[in-house]
Amino acid sequence: MKNDPVVKAVSDLLIPPILLFGLYVQFHGDFGPGGGFQAGVIIAVAIILHALVHGLPATRSRIPDHFLRITMAAGVILYVGVGFSGILAGGEFLNYSVLADDPLTGQHIGVLLIELGVGCTVASVLIMLFYQFAGRKGQR
Amino acid sequence: MTAEHLPILQVAVPLALAPVCLLIGNRHLVWLLATAGGLFTFVCAAFLMVSVFNQGPLTYYLGGWEAPWGIALAIDLLSAFILLLVGLVATLTLIWGKASIENEIPGEQLSLFYCMFMLAVTGALGIVATGDAFNVFVFLEISSLSSYAMIAMGRDRRALTSSFQYLVMGTIGATFILIAIGLLYMMTGTLNMADLAARLPAVRETTTVLAAFAFLTVGVSLKIALLPLHQWLPNAYTYAPSVVSAFLSATSTKVSLYLLIRFFYTVFGADFVFRDHGLQYILMPLSLIAIFAASGIAIFQKDIKRMLAYSSIAQIGYMTLGIALVSQSGLAATIITMFNHGLIKGALFLAIGGIFLRTGTSQLAKLGGIGRTMPWTMGAVVIGGCGLIGVPLTAGFVAKWYLIVAALEGAAWVVASAIVLTSLLTVVYVWRTVEILYFKTPGDSVRDIDEVPMSMLIPTWLMVAMVIWLGIDTTLTVGLAEQAAAMLFDVTP
Repeated sequence: MKNDPVVKAVSDLLIPPILLFGLYVQFHGDFGPGGGFQAGVIIAVAIILHALVHGLPATRSRIPDHFLRITMAAGVILYVGVGFSGILAGGEFLNYSVLADDPLTGQHIGVLLIELGVGCTVASVLIMLFYQFAGRKGQR
Repeated sequence: MTAEHLPILQVAVPLALAPVCLLIGNRHLVWLLATAGGLFTFVCAAFLMVSVFNQGPLTYYLGGWEAPWGIALAIDLLSAFILLLVGLVATLTLIWGKASIENEIPGEQLSLFYCMFMLAVTGALGIVATGDAFNVFVFLEISSLSSYAMIAMGRDRRALTSSFQYLVMGTIGATFILIAIGLLYMMTGTLNMADLAARLPAVRETTTVLAAFAFLTVGVSLKIALLPLHQWLPNAYTYAPSVVSAFLSATSTKVSLYLLIRFFYTVFGADFVFRDHGLQYILMPLSLIAIFAASGIAIFQKDIKRMLAYSSIAQIGYMTLGIALVSQSGLAATIITMFNHGLIKGALFLAIGGIFLRTGTSQLAKLGGIGRTMPWTMGAVVIGGCGLIGVPLTAGFVAKWYLIVAALEGAAWVVASAIVLTSLLTVVYVWRTVEILYFKTPGDSVRDIDEVPMSMLIPTWLMVAMVIWLGIDTTLTVGLAEQAAAMLFDVTP
C-alpha cells in the first residue's frame, strides 16, 4: 500500500481525527460512554493504520519499542499510584474521595487519572502486540 | 495507619513492582527489587496471620465502598494460612533463583521475567485475599496469563507447546468459572461472597444455581489438575524454567484448591454440595484414581521433573480426598496437606533446579552418581522424597497421619488402606531416584561439576528444614488447620 497515493493521502487525513476522537473518548469517559480501554484501542488503531500505510519501519522509528515499554509500565504505575495516594491521604486503597477537599472533585480527579493509566497501558500494549506480530521474520 | 491496610498492600505492592521491574535494565537491581517484593508479601502475610489469629477475620473495603456494592477483601484463618504459604515460597524461590534465572532466561528478557513473576504473585495473593467472586476471576487471569508467559520462557522448545496446552486448558477452566459466576450473579444480583452465601439458600433448588455449581466445580478442578483434567500439568512443570516449576508447583494448585474450598464451604455451603448433591461420590473415586494412577505413572518417568509433576497430581488426589471425606477432620487434613506438600514440592523443585543449573539436564539416566559430586543438593532431594513418602519426622508424615485418622473416623477403611498402599508406590519412585542418583558410577556429565552456590543451598535447605520442623512441631500447621476447618464448618448454614 506504500505506493498508493490515494490510500496514503486519505489515511494521513484520517489519522489526526482518529487520535483526537481517542482523546475525546478518554477524557469524556466520566460523563458519557467511553473510558480508558476504549480510548486506548482507538489511539492504537490510528498508529496501526499508520504502520499499515507507511510500513512498519517508518512507524517504529517514530514510536520506538523502548518508548512503548515505558508508557506500558507508566500506565500501571499511575493506576497503582492513585490507589496508594488514597491510602496516603487517609482513606482506603483506590478511595478517590479523599484526594481533594471536596469528595466529588476527588472522585473526578481519581477516575480521570485511573482511566488515563488504563488508556496509556492499553494503547501501548496493543501497538506493541502489533509490532511483535508484524515484525516477525517468517521461518521457512 | 498502615496495619489496617495490610490486606490490600500485600496484593498491591507486587502489582506496583511489576511495571517497575519492566523498566529496570540492571539484572542485579531488578532481582533485588523482586525479592524485596516477595519478602514484603511474606511479612504482610505473617502480620495478617497474627492479626486474624488474635482478633478474628478482617474485611477491607476497596475505595471505601461498602461490601455488597464495592469490592471487599476478606481474610480469615484459611486465607491467611495460604497467603503465608504463597509469600514464603515466593520469597525463597526468588532468593534462590538469581543464578538459575540468569542461566535459563536470555538477558534481554530478564526484566520481563521478573515482571511476570511479580504479576503471578499478585494474582495468587489476590485470589486468596478477595471476598468478591468476580474479583477472583480477574486475579485468576492475572496469575494464569503470567504463568503461561513464564512457562513459555523455558529453554527447551517444548516449553512453547506445553505453555500453549496449559493456556487452552486454563482458559477453558477460567471461562467455566466466569460462566458460573455469571449464573450466580443472575440469580442473586450480587458478587460479594458473604452476600452470595446469604442469598443463595432462597434459590438453591433452581437449575441455574445447579448449573453454576457444576461449571464452577469443573472449572476449578481444571485449575487444580484433578485427575481427568490434569493433562496440562506434567508438561508445564517439566519444561518451565526451574524457578517457575518450583513456584507454581508449590502455590498454584494450592491456591485453586483454596478456591474450591472457599466456594464449597463459604458460598454454596457444605449441605448444598455434599448432602443435596452428593459431590463426594464423584470426588472420592476421582481422588483415589488420581493417587493410584499418577503414583504408578511417576514410577516410569525418565525425567525427574516430570516424575515430580506426576507425584504432584497424586498429592492433589490426597487433598481432594480429604474434602471428599466430608468431615471437619478431613478438611483439616486437606489444609495441612496443602501447606506441607507446598513446602515439600518447593524444596524438591529447588534442589532439582540446582542440579539443572550445573548439568543442564533433568534426565535421570544422565544424572547417575550425582550424589557424590553434589552431596548437599542430593541430601535435600532425599529428605524431600522422604516427605513425599510420609516418613515420620517429616511434614509429609503429619499430613498423611491426619488424613488416615480422618478416613478411619469416617469408617472408610478402604480409603485408609489405599492411602497406606499408595505410600508404597511413592517409596518405589523415590527410592528408584535415590538409587540412580547415589549408587550409579558417575558419568562424564556429572563428574566434574561443583556443588551449587550458597545463595541457592541456603534457601533450599531452609525449606528442607521447615519440612522437618513441621514434621516435629505441629502446633502451627495442625493447630491452624483444625481451627480453620472448624470455622468453615461453623459458617455452614
